[in-house]
Amino acid sequence: MSNVHPYVGRAQPRVDGPLKVSGLARYSAEFAAEDMVYAAAVPATIAKGRIVRIDASAAEAAPGVIEILTHQNRPDMPEEDKPYKADMVAVPGGPFRPLRDERVVFSGQPVALVIADTHENARDAATLVKVEYESETPTVDVGDARDGAYEPPEKRNGIPPPPPPRGDAAATFKGSSIRLEEEYRVAAEHHNPMELQATTVEWDDGRLVVHNKTQGVNNPKNYLCSVFGLDPASVEVVSPFVGGAFGMSLRPLYDLTLAVMASLKLERSVRLVLTRAQMYTMGWRPDTLQTVALSAGEDGRLTSIRHEVVQATSQYEDYQEPTVNWSGLVYDCPNVTLGHKLAKLDTPTPSDMRAPGATLGLFALETAMDELASKLKLDPLELRLRNYAENDQNDGKPFSSKELKAAYEQGAERFGWSKRSAEPRSMKDGRELVGYGMATGCWEAMMQPHGASAALTADGRLEVACGTADIGTGTYTILSQIAADAFSMPIEEVTALVGDTRLPMAPVEGGSWAAASAGNAVRLACAALKEELVKRARGLDDSPLANASADHVVFRNGRITLVSDEDVSVSYADLLGAAEGGRIEAMAKFAPDKDFKEKFSSFVHSAVFAEVRVDEELGVVWVERIVSAVAAGNILNRATARSQILGGVVMGIGMALHEETVWDRRLGRIVNANLGEYHVPAHADVKNIDVIFVEEKDEANPLGVKGLGEIGIVGAAAAIGNAVFHATGRRIRHLPITIDKLL
Amino acid sequence: MAQAQAAATSVTLTVNGESKTLDVAPWETLLDVLRERLHLTGAKKGCDQGQCGACTVLVDGRRVNSCLQLAVMRDGCEITTIEGLGEPASLHAMQAAFVKHDAFQCGYCTPGQICSAVGMIREGHAETAEEIRELMSGNLCRCGAYTNIVEAIEEVLAERNAPKLEAAE
Ligand code: FES
Ligand code: FES
Repeated sequence: MSNVHPYVGRAQPRVDGPLKVSGLARYSAEFAAEDMVYAAAVPATIAKGRIVRIDASAAEAAPGVIEILTHQNRPDMPEEDKPYKADMVAVPGGPFRPLRDERVVFSGQPVALVIADTHENARDAATLVKVEYESETPTVDVGDARDGAYEPPEKRNGIPPPPPPRGDAAATFKGSSIRLEEEYRVAAEHHNPMELQATTVEWDDGRLVVHNKTQGVNNPKNYLCSVFGLDPASVEVVSPFVGGAFGMSLRPLYDLTLAVMASLKLERSVRLVLTRAQMYTMGWRPDTLQTVALSAGEDGRLTSIRHEVVQATSQYEDYQEPTVNWSGLVYDCPNVTLGHKLAKLDTPTPSDMRAPGATLGLFALETAMDELASKLKLDPLELRLRNYAENDQNDGKPFSSKELKAAYEQGAERFGWSKRSAEPRSMKDGRELVGYGMATGCWEAMMQPHGASAALTADGRLEVACGTADIGTGTYTILSQIAADAFSMPIEEVTALVGDTRLPMAPVEGGSWAAASAGNAVRLACAALKEELVKRARGLDDSPLANASADHVVFRNGRITLVSDEDVSVSYADLLGAAEGGRIEAMAKFAPDKDFKEKFSSFVHSAVFAEVRVDEELGVVWVERIVSAVAAGNILNRATARSQILGGVVMGIGMALHEETVWDRRLGRIVNANLGEYHVPAHADVKNIDVIFVEEKDEANPLGVKGLGEIGIVGAAAAIGNAVFHATGRRIRHLPITIDKLL
Repeated sequence: MAQAQAAATSVTLTVNGESKTLDVAPWETLLDVLRERLHLTGAKKGCDQGQCGACTVLVDGRRVNSCLQLAVMRDGCEITTIEGLGEPASLHAMQAAFVKHDAFQCGYCTPGQICSAVGMIREGHAETAEEIRELMSGNLCRCGAYTNIVEAIEEVLAERNAPKLEAAE
């Protein structure tokens, strides 16, 4: 059977779907090992200070307890920071190391690890470890720390710092009569994937197989080898399924270090599953204070933009994300000043969370644009069109493609934007106020070098592999589609493998680069496998294809067939029969085209439209519907692509209306570190979401793919906030828009 | 190792049609017994405190958060986990509808969503999308697959109701 219609571009159901819906997909805490023991981490009850004394005697005497590790008795670890920076996504500073010494740098920091025969015994004994502290006053609110804000001396690798100023924004602003300057704030958020962060270490006579919840197996492997001095040949990380991560599991987290530390010490298999509360003792979306100042002419053309942010980071690292750069990019404006400062808090280091930076920065900018539109008495969409950037305003390069205009048009059409009445509070439905709002979204289309392999296996299947991850993004499926098309094979005969350090090298899965990078790597591996097959076909005794080259043949129905004569062919079975081990494999490496990147800027764009309903007496806001029109190049799988956008939009609804990590400022402790009091959107919060993919041709890579993981959330919160303004006339610049702020 | 384990109780559970007798400590939850003792890891742990629904299984046909059940409380009960609803080669209608509608991404909330949806339909109170959303709100999905989940459930509901309608005509 051959497939005439390519799989790429279809709404192909997930190839891992049947496993996931039947509970057979195995996540990191679900691998069983013989003779395994269970660990539980003891959290610090202060946010800042030092441990004075640890009394583990009661815990040691508790049933089933095998070992208790603290900073006092842990195995030797390297002293200097460098080994701990074997982390592809490390940030400037000294990474957190569990059980390093007596210092406490955030509330909930693990101060001891209890290992017992059962999960219950470890958990129980962990509550019996008595720790005495000397406590200092913590700072956990970015507003309290803003006076000490500084420009990070060392820039984070891979994160562009704000571009230098252009023109003279300050003078232009001063001389302008149409202007606004406001402060915006987005509450701290936590990723809260549904799967708990976990590591299961299978110890087998000194060899380790580590199942760690990670967005890229090679990162924990490198880290472990560097920190514990392990031989790379003696440790593999195998994490085929990841229960959501959204950036949280990019860096090696303390469950990994502690579980492996315990396993090496005890020479046994160990499982460590963090609690939901402990999920709040690692990365988070940083609390930010943003100032946006805009000025414009009577014609609605922007004359100046100033966007400055003070972003939270920890005491021990300078985490940075691209928050303000977008304000120099998305609109045509001659005078722009951007600034990014950090403020140190006694919290864990923040980390990338879905569309890091963009989601915050564009909330501020796109809210300010809405405010400007209302000052100018201009339709908010019209204001965007008047300031449309035809090229990258930060560096002057042309875009490799930018169909944002089409996204605006198609989104507005689908949404019925033209029915919006200009005045706030002018649309009603019964007792509810109705509001329409819109915003622009943007994310960089990135790529990273990736390796991949393609193989024909003894059972006649095509196997493609790449050491990337599928965190729910659909990677398994798109790789299968690409491979099936390359060999004109039914997708059922393709196996895709990811999430294993024995597979070809790939970096972490983040930044929306996996589809373009791993996809193109698999495409190249399939091409290399075809070459290899033709070479072998030529070499068969009395080969009918003795003179054929790859351009002269087609691959279909399990055979290599001459284009010019369909009766001349060689079967894969014959090639496999002659192959050692009954397997023929080829490898390939994909690297982004540097020259192309020199010439063009590549971004994904979106236009988000939101309708909200507000019950003013109760202060309750509902998002009635969202239309997200996305220009993201070629869409490999319309079903999984759509799901990516849906997921981003839902998280955007959370950001706009619900999500807020609240610290007790005196104790430095999070008071709502659970899913009951940190509200992530639930079924009842999400009604209608309409996703449009506009046609966009892009040549940054052969598949024409740009990536979709982040763009769905960018702009969503601003569109909702702008809709709330349109409904109520109230401008809420501090997310989330909770009842108390509206009443 | 310290003092001996406190007395365990013998408990018999019928899990996915198979009778299982095990000694469990009084504080072991049904979820931990399923996951760690019976290796039925389809029931997921997302919070361990009744706030996410990932651990939803059917106990005597009713949906429950298994992290809030002590195993000893369920002696003699019939437990159906996601593994018991259907297998990849023979999916339950709800499982198949989830695949068809791409009603999940990471898949971690999925077994709980499916068990909950099956239980909810049995309860017989959900007809409209609005009602489904309300009655499924105990099952969180951080990947945000909600609209697709509701579509999948609506489809199964419609199939279920179709013969009834015909019979009524
Ligand atoms: S694990 Fe039971 S409700 Fe979350
Ligand atoms: S599919 Fe990932 S949490 Fe629902």
